[in-house]
Amino acid sequence: MRELLDDLDRWRSAGVRVALARVVDVEGSGPRGPGAAMAVSEHGEVVGSVSGGCVEGAVVTESLSVLAGDREPGVITFGYSDDEAFAVGLTCGGTIRLFVEEYDW
Amino acid sequence: MSLSAELASRIRDGVPVALATVISGPRVGSKLLVVPDGDPAPSSLGDPDLDRVVRRDALAELEAGRSGVRHYGTAGQTTPEDLADTDIVTVFVESWAPPPQMWIFGAVDFTAALARVAKILGFRVLVCDAREIFATGRRFPMADEVRVAWPGPVFAERGAELGSRDVVCILTHDPKFDIPAVKGALATSAGYIGVMGSRRTHTHRLERLAEAGVDDPADLARLMSPVGLDIGARTPEETAISICAEIISARTGRAARPLRDTEGPIHR
Repeated sequence: MRELLDDLDRWRSAGVRVALARVVDVEGSGPRGPGAAMAVSEHGEVVGSVSGGCVEGAVVTESLSVLAGDREPGVITFGYSDDEAFAVGLTCGGTIRLFVEEYDW
Repeated sequence: MSLSAELASRIRDGVPVALATVISGPRVGSKLLVVPDGDPAPSSLGDPDLDRVVRRDALAELEAGRSGVRHYGTAGQTTPEDLADTDIVTVFVESWAPPPQMWIFGAVDFTAALARVAKILGFRVLVCDAREIFATGRRFPMADEVRVAWPGPVFAERGAELGSRDVVCILTHDPKFDIPAVKGALATSAGYIGVMGSRRTHTHRLERLAEAGVDDPADLARLMSPVGLDIGARTPEETAISICAEIISARTGRAARPLRDTEGPIHR
């Protein structure tokens, strides 16, 4: 999250709403560990990354849903072995869980 | 100050801080800011007992520089029996610890290359040599700190800073500098101690160390000497890669073989 701080500050001072997605858990093979983070502004601007590019697109969609109030803040899972997981997966075969919430605290 | 502003200011200042966030269960999104020293702005996960237990666990995670998920009862219960009768609160503890340190003894050509690679890996680098003309900021602009000093006093003054994530590399080849540096390093909790030299230098150094009273097999087993992985490195830059690769494999406990020749998941 360190690398996001300047952008988070900038958005906050401009009054732009932002969603924050943080990797909380990785099972098996995963490119980035817990704490990898990305932020998505209500205008769809993106900073940071949470995988090697495998799931970022889907994270943007979910983040915008949280900001729009269409989805509660919570955990989303990406991985090919999990029935409930999103269709998008990690090419390396692992499972990652992210916590997505509005950055309003 | 908001919770995020306090968190950001600590992260920017490189001061240890952990943030616990409820990610599932009751009160999703509530947060507890945990610091090893001082009083952060009040924050809570909604239950004083849960706060107490999570604060304790977060301090341990912070010490180890780890982040991860933990499960509790709504009042901080942790044992399986207690968890059977309660809602489960899943908490993500993210910790920001100051960068690990690399102390390099000996201001030689290998030092500059090693310091550069160490910076890429995120270490805070200290270069130390007793010779004033060698230990200069101009020769080691990439180092965070350059000290003109003998190893003994540096370890006496600051050795307690070093923990399992920290590294000491001794590159001098000069017994009158090597021996006190090795003694000093062994008295710390540094996770990796590398000592440069040929096999012959290594054998001679073991004799000198024994003369200096350093002969405990458990101590000697901590020394990575000769330093580095056997990748055929010759230049200072190649040697720096060889040393840093060994530091990584020592931390992860992996055998440093080509992935082609091993099996199982790559990221564990």
